[in-house]
Amino acid sequence: MISKLLNMGLRPFAITCLALGVAAGFSLPAQAGVLPEDRADLLYFRYDGGGVVISGPSVLVRKSIGENVSVAANYYIDMVSSASVDVETSASPYEDERTQSSLSMDFLHGKSTYSIGYVNSDESDYLAKTMFAAVSHDMFGDLTTISFSFKNGQNEVFRNVKIADVKQNDPDFQEESETKSYSVSVSQIITKSMSMSGQFEVITDEGFLRSPYRSVRFFSGPDTQATQSEIYPNTRSSNAASVRAKYFLPYRAAVDVMYRFYTDTWGVVGQTAELGYVHPLNNNKWIFEGRLRHYSQTAADFYQDIFPRADFANFMARDKELATYSALTAGITATYEFKIERFPWLSKGSLNFRYDYMTVTYDDFRDARFSFGRFGIPPTTAFVPGSEPLYKLNANIMQFYVSAYF
Amino acid sequence: MRIRGSLILALAVLSAGCSSIEPWVKPYDRENLADPIMAYTRAPISQDFLDHVFESREGSRGATGGGGGGCGCN
Repeated sequence: MISKLLNMGLRPFAITCLALGVAAGFSLPAQAGVLPEDRADLLYFRYDGGGVVISGPSVLVRKSIGENVSVAANYYIDMVSSASVDVETSASPYEDERTQSSLSMDFLHGKSTYSIGYVNSDESDYLAKTMFAAVSHDMFGDLTTISFSFKNGQNEVFRNVKIADVKQNDPDFQEESETKSYSVSVSQIITKSMSMSGQFEVITDEGFLRSPYRSVRFFSGPDTQATQSEIYPNTRSSNAASVRAKYFLPYRAAVDVMYRFYTDTWGVVGQTAELGYVHPLNNNKWIFEGRLRHYSQTAADFYQDIFPRADFANFMARDKELATYSALTAGITATYEFKIERFPWLSKGSLNFRYDYMTVTYDDFRDARFSFGRFGIPPTTAFVPGSEPLYKLNANIMQFYVSAYF
Repeated sequence: MRIRGSLILALAVLSAGCSSIEPWVKPYDRENLADPIMAYTRAPISQDFLDHVFESREGSRGATGGGGGGCGCN
């Protein structure tokens, strides 16, 4: 399954699940001396792009226990159906499912909040268990919040094969990897209408970090190509630093900006910039939000769309997430807030719809369907390997969710 | 010796600065900051899903938590 995820452009879940340590309803507290409010959210999402459809529900419940403890639980299902560019050139379309459950607790003590949590992710060929802990502290008249967090993920990698036409784990293949993350962040009130925050995070991986399925391609002759398995380093360390600011406009609206710079030991350098605008309307019953996000990166040192020959280098990759590319995402959210008189225990409810359109333009990842063909059927007019058109990806991302505050 | 002197001086200045820091935005001046539209993430369940989408497709990772926003109003 991981291959399929990778084939459709998804990265190893060792990384994904680490990120989803946050998805457990855990995030560094906005203000250490205050617990998050009690709420329940039910989300349905659908991603459709590049031949891949991912959909599913997610449920998040957060509840206080007494005055000093808050507990959050999240349950999340990814249902994947894929016929991506990589799958079309090397395999059959597939369907699969991943479930993730998580639990986190926040303890408030004076001006400090201590958080711990656990995330479990389960799919047919990848198991990930992530633990995290964090502490946040308010200082300087509550103008400043400083936070530290640590996460540790243990991952088991399997490979699915078909034996007697039944999909199962390859009994001769089992690998492991470990991911650690260290983060420090500072949130600062600048003026009575503006706040800023900065974060620095180091992530390290060790173990089996490549796809057990995906291949690189190489020239087997002047106009012919062949494939071999990818070869990745067994370690990866990354540094990411971000800064963001939010400003309250005089007519009750807000604008925010974010910038992130990323480097890692594989040679990837990424930059992310985001601009957002929030605007309530109709006596605050409606809230509209617009968002624009730009992302660009350089390729990993050992990435090539097509290698000159077999075993060309010690490390070889053709994962398009390690290629050179840029992406633009534009999104809008509409929120309708309401109260129900008959339910006095419900302080507020909201119906929300969010739509994002993402377009990705690759600089050095070519659409190999023009030379390999699709699902083993060669193209009628084949391009010479290495001269195919560059690949582009467009995706529609929709979310509908209901939130209730208690 | 000179470096040590400079360090002691710097520490003295810093600690003097810390002890004299007064909140320049008073708690009663934080109405705007406390407005829900000022939260960096209004719906964690939605933002987490979208972070998942981006992180799954990009070489970059980390430092997306933001560290908050909001205010010291309570």
